Amino acid sequence: MDLSPFFLTLRLALFTTLILFLIGIPLAYWLAYSKYRIKYAVEAIVSLPLVLPPTVLGFYLLLAFSPENALGSVLDHYFDLRLVFTFPGLVVASVIYSLPFMVQPLRSGFSGIPKAWLDTAQTLGKGRWVTLTRVLLPNMRNPLLTAAILSFAHTVGEFGVVLMVGGNIPDETRVISVAIYNEVEAMNYKSANTYSLLLIGFSFLVLLITYWVNHDKNRVLGYD
Amino acid sequence: MIELELEKSLFGPEGRMKLKVSCFIGKGELVGLYGPSGAGKSSILRMISGLMRPEAGKLRVDGEIWFDQDQKLHLKPQKRNIGMVFQEHSLFPNMTVEENLEFALESGQEQKMVKEMLERVGLEKLAKKRPSVLSGGQKQRLALARAMVRKPKILLLDEPLSALDWSMRNILQQYIVQFHQEYDLTTLLVSHDASEISKMAKRVLVLEGGQFCFDGKPEAFFSR
Repeated sequence: MDLSPFFLTLRLALFTTLILFLIGIPLAYWLAYSKYRIKYAVEAIVSLPLVLPPTVLGFYLLLAFSPENALGSVLDHYFDLRLVFTFPGLVVASVIYSLPFMVQPLRSGFSGIPKAWLDTAQTLGKGRWVTLTRVLLPNMRNPLLTAAILSFAHTVGEFGVVLMVGGNIPDETRVISVAIYNEVEAMNYKSANTYSLLLIGFSFLVLLITYWVNHDKNRVLGYD
Repeated sequence: MIELELEKSLFGPEGRMKLKVSCFIGKGELVGLYGPSGAGKSSILRMISGLMRPEAGKLRVDGEIWFDQDQKLHLKPQKRNIGMVFQEHSLFPNMTVEENLEFALESGQEQKMVKEMLERVGLEKLAKKRPSVLSGGQKQRLALARAMVRKPKILLLDEPLSALDWSMRNILQQYIVQFHQEYDLTTLLVSHDASEISKMAKRVLVLEGGQFCFDGKPEAFFSR
């Protein structure tokens, strides 16, 4: 049994989640605290992948990444980076596709922090960075965990976008959902069943461990 | 020494109102701010602390301009040497008692101030505990101690005792008066409680209709 689609999926989900943390935290912070009205437009754009069929997103990303178009051509010429049918392309597409799953829980987390904590930190002479890293994020354990789980799980489960942008190249873009589809197409149900059970078991285990660990930490901190 | 002349439109219980106040508070004074709910007492403290920007006027502390609308100058809260205690204690639940105090230290400030404050408010035995296990009075003592760590020249108290029972209030009142005297503070205390102001302050500013309608000895006002 070829396990490479499974490990490729994990690698993709891990990279995507890490990159989403770097993008999602400042974006959610801005959405939660900014007074500019343009934030509503930004929020709508961030949430688009929630309502669009994955194939629509995948189709436009495929066009954008294509070396025949402006973005793809610039990336190809100046950075020697090709995003169509490559693993980096899958990561970029997954980051865009799973962005709302990272941003929404974090935005709610920031909004749920009592305003008095922010005021207190300011009157104690602390700037935004110190307040973010020492007050806000440490008190957003649940939103951070939810955002990580949702982003990771959403990436593991994606199909339409990865198929459009990545195709079906073994060890490069053939993730587990594409592999299952392949096996079903080839009437190889036994293999499809094994991949599917592997995915269900793994997903259940990840969720079980994270909720367990989180519950224990909350108990220690007196949140429960 | 605080010289203030502040204007701000606020939404009170009876709709929009214009706050327009001016006064002079001498160095080392402990002044009570009294008035009905929604009169703008807390807003005055927030404008002095820099958390709220006035629409017009000036604010000068010990000769240094903290706000001047004509010069478009508004010093950030972080740059104003103030200590502020809110009605809700606003302690950070992810930090221990000691860490809450350490958070307030300025860069380069010696750790001994944390120890001194812990001893002053009688929380040294609870230093490693989290705020969630403290009683209401202990929480407010910690909030007061934290506001003192930076050795502020102005202490702003926004109804810090209103959620406490009578005996706790008495103890906290003593702490506040002691801190005020020993650290040579200029203190503004917002309170609904006439007896509290009479007991602690030698001067009361009474706010009504967006303006100070009385400025003098508490007993002169409350005996009317």
